[in-house]
Amino acid sequence: MRTAFSSLALVLISVVALPAVAQQSASTLHARGLAATCANCHGTDGRTTLGSAVPSLAGMPRDYMLKQLAAFRDGSRPATVMHQLAKGLTEQQIDSVASYFATLKP
Amino acid sequence: MMKRRSFVQASLAFGPLAGLLGCASTLPGKAKVVVIGGGFAGATAAKYVRILSDYQIDVVLVEPNTSFISCPTSNLVIGGSRSMADITTPYDNLSDKHGVIQARDRVKRIDTARKSVELAGGSKLAYDKLIVAPGVDFLWDSIEGLQQANAEGQILHAWKAGAETTALRRQLESMPDGGVYAISVPLMPYRCPPGPYERASQVAHYFKQAKPRSKVLILDANPKIVSKGALFSKFWADNYPGMIEFRGNHKAVAIDGKTRNVKFEGADDVRVDVLNVVPNMSAGSIAMQSGLANVNNRWCQVDFLTFESTAAKDVHIIGDAVQSAPGMPKSGHMANSHGKVVAAAVVAQLSGLEVNPNPMLTNTCYSFVNDKLVVHVASVHQYHATENTYKTVPGSGGLSPAPNELEGVYAWNWAQNIWADTLL
Repeated sequence: MRTAFSSLALVLISVVALPAVAQQSASTLHARGLAATCANCHGTDGRTTLGSAVPSLAGMPRDYMLKQLAAFRDGSRPATVMHQLAKGLTEQQIDSVASYFATLKP
Repeated sequence: MMKRRSFVQASLAFGPLAGLLGCASTLPGKAKVVVIGGGFAGATAAKYVRILSDYQIDVVLVEPNTSFISCPTSNLVIGGSRSMADITTPYDNLSDKHGVIQARDRVKRIDTARKSVELAGGSKLAYDKLIVAPGVDFLWDSIEGLQQANAEGQILHAWKAGAETTALRRQLESMPDGGVYAISVPLMPYRCPPGPYERASQVAHYFKQAKPRSKVLILDANPKIVSKGALFSKFWADNYPGMIEFRGNHKAVAIDGKTRNVKFEGADDVRVDVLNVVPNMSAGSIAMQSGLANVNNRWCQVDFLTFESTAAKDVHIIGDAVQSAPGMPKSGHMANSHGKVVAAAVVAQLSGLEVNPNPMLTNTCYSFVNDKLVVHVASVHQYHATENTYKTVPGSGGLSPAPNELEGVYAWNWAQNIWADTLL
């Protein structure tokens, strides 16, 4: 029953709260959508499950992530999968995801 | 307890709440998204419409099951190294944490003209945007005798993880040593291209320990192994010598459930002890019934920028049911990726924002060749506006160099993370 009521409450809250919420820009939405591509392996908002061997990305400094992705691309950092995936991203996409995850709390 | 709570929740959503939700269209800026199907595609889409809209867009997910059972890694249950509990995740978090309203029901009818979905329980749900993620259903009639033999529990597919997964494991456990297990593989396209070969590996892994005189036959309608062929073949030769036999160009046309005899187009009959038939597939039945399967009356064509159906406005189709772009596999990872692109597109459209003109998708697919060693295939798919399709990026993606234990660890962690990303 508690869950049922909390669902009801959520709906009510979202309806009531709507006018107060500032709408995000298209570019913010696109960046969030793109970063979600990483979440399949690195967790929603870059936070992996407890004890995961796959690293979390939330809060990773932008420059550090840019260096790692460059190292995956040129082969200087060995990997199982990331060297193959990093080569499929555009420079702009790499910049976007690195900037986005740096803004999140670890 | 969990079941009871879920039913209470669903009845509330369509009882007292129905009126409230029915008013959604009169509330400025408040839109309603209905998602059909809680697999990797649909559950991800439902969760990410909530997240990417900052929880401003209400989402109803129509899914009859109380828990999600993962197809990826379900072959490990058949091989004996994992349990059903290991691969099962409840749906509760989608409501408790993300406010997705869940209808534990099936869809009876989609009315694309009135933008309304009728549920088997009788409720009607209006939508501004409908996301259809029906997965696959089976084309039973393409193999004579299959549907009846399956209904009687003689011949299993175990291609939707669940009761058949454990039932197939039981058939293998009951088989005497020295017996033959065969898996019949349909022509491409089908869900999870490397799945049959992973399953053959898992059955061989079990036989090697428990029934070493037994054999695994792969009776494949395709001429060759369709995914990771060199990696599988080498591992089988090195680790299961003489145990796994691959026979290409073996398109099954008829089976007998009692004798487990298979007839083929242009090849001799085969009779085995455990017969596992992966049937030919189409988009899930609700898509077929609703006129959304507009490619050969089998798969659903979409505008790949937004995954909007080319058959119906404001209906978006994702996951295995989609007529794939070149090189796009029907996989759980890909379905999750579809879910995010459609969520971002739907949120943009309902918010009056530009849809991302450059969406992308990734795929990573791990196969366990025994209980610890894994091989993968990975790919990156960028959208091309001029041709309205996705193409794999030249020079990206690829395979494992060889089966290895490190990827075994990553594969299991991949599963944990994608289940969480989809459902938690």
